[in-house]
Amino acid sequence: MLRLEGVSHSYDDRAVLRDVTLDLAEHRIGVIGANGSGKSTLARTLNGLVVPDEGRVSLGEWDTRRHAKHIRRRVGFVFSDAANQIIMPTVVEDVEIGLRSLRLGKAETARRVDEILVRHGLDGHRDHPGHLLSGGQKQLLALASVLVTEPEILVFDEPTTLLDLRNTRMFRRTLAGLEQRVLLFTHDLELLEGFDRVLVMEAGRVAFDGPPADAVPFYLKLMDAADEDGTS
Amino acid sequence: MSVLGLYVPGTGPMHRVPAGPKLLALLVLGAVLIIASHLWLSVGALVFALLLYPAVGLGARRAWRALRVLWPFLLAIGLFQALFVGAWTEGARLCAQLAALVLLANAITLTTRVREMLGLFERLAGPLRHVGVSPDRVALVLSLTIRSIPMVAVALNSAREGYRARGIVGRPHLMVVPVIVHLLRMAEATGEALAARGIDEDERVERA
Repeated sequence: MLRLEGVSHSYDDRAVLRDVTLDLAEHRIGVIGANGSGKSTLARTLNGLVVPDEGRVSLGEWDTRRHAKHIRRRVGFVFSDAANQIIMPTVVEDVEIGLRSLRLGKAETARRVDEILVRHGLDGHRDHPGHLLSGGQKQLLALASVLVTEPEILVFDEPTTLLDLRNTRMFRRTLAGLEQRVLLFTHDLELLEGFDRVLVMEAGRVAFDGPPADAVPFYLKLMDAADEDGTS
Repeated sequence: MSVLGLYVPGTGPMHRVPAGPKLLALLVLGAVLIIASHLWLSVGALVFALLLYPAVGLGARRAWRALRVLWPFLLAIGLFQALFVGAWTEGARLCAQLAALVLLANAITLTTRVREMLGLFERLAGPLRHVGVSPDRVALVLSLTIRSIPMVAVALNSAREGYRARGIVGRPHLMVVPVIVHLLRMAEATGEALAARGIDEDERVERA
């Protein structure tokens, strides 16, 4: 189980996370909040991309301060701009490179890569340059590159921000089919349908924690109140 | 297939030869051409390189594309040799030699997967492990260098679009800062992606 204990983090003088304590065990957890509420930083603490100034983020006996390498193998991360996640020139090479550090051997590497490319409809693009794929295909490639390492938990940081409606729907179907535990940081409230738990972030704190049926109305009220403050 | 002159899928004879022998052949041919310094040998190598493209299924158009990029340099070398050194045959030899070697190197790039090339570099860099250099990291740096070419193109296009959209004319130096900022952001995002995917195995503490 992912656990955050008293997590605080600042960028220079600006506090972005303030004393966040959470146990994240559910199969589908959503995190929503306005821009600057601390969502992205919270997401990045979960696989050690950001090590908090104070507090501890742990997965079982490992914590991100000392065992980031182990945690990253179990917690996959998908960024909002998939293009930035594509490292190698072609699709097949990009999926493959994540397995290099696992030293699986040629046959097992090829088996895993072939299987993931077929499963996500990228087999026909295996020798294409990744950066020339469509937005939806890039997001699929980013996901396939993470899934090939077989993580237990997937963290998505605003995965549909750059996608059109058709690709957002495709992403939603892909998300629904994933066996892994998912932590979805998003502005797209429709994606949270069927989720077990939703956290609402505000000013670096968890302002609400509950089922989507309660969390979404809470968030909408929060945004309405912010609108009124802004216009009055 | 690629706008970058990278791998073109295929099953031709050059596709079937491993990266090592291909690069070794290029090295040997390059050494022979330079040591021999013979005009007709260089012209022969150029003709061979031009015929190689259609013969291995790459098509003459790809050879033409590579030469189109190269011709200003060839022209400059030829003119310099003819006008300032007074040796037009030397200029012709140098141009033929350079064009032949670039065409052959490009043919290797087009018929060799990047991962195969990286595997070779990794093996060649193996002995450097003894002096503290990681062959994995050498291969990764090379792959990131190749990947960064379209990134630079994206940054340039993005800055050019912003420049035009704001109606600025005749001050191209104003694009320098946006391009640098864009590239730095891309570099930071790539670094983050590498860490997130566990590709750089070092433990990493981030306090941005």
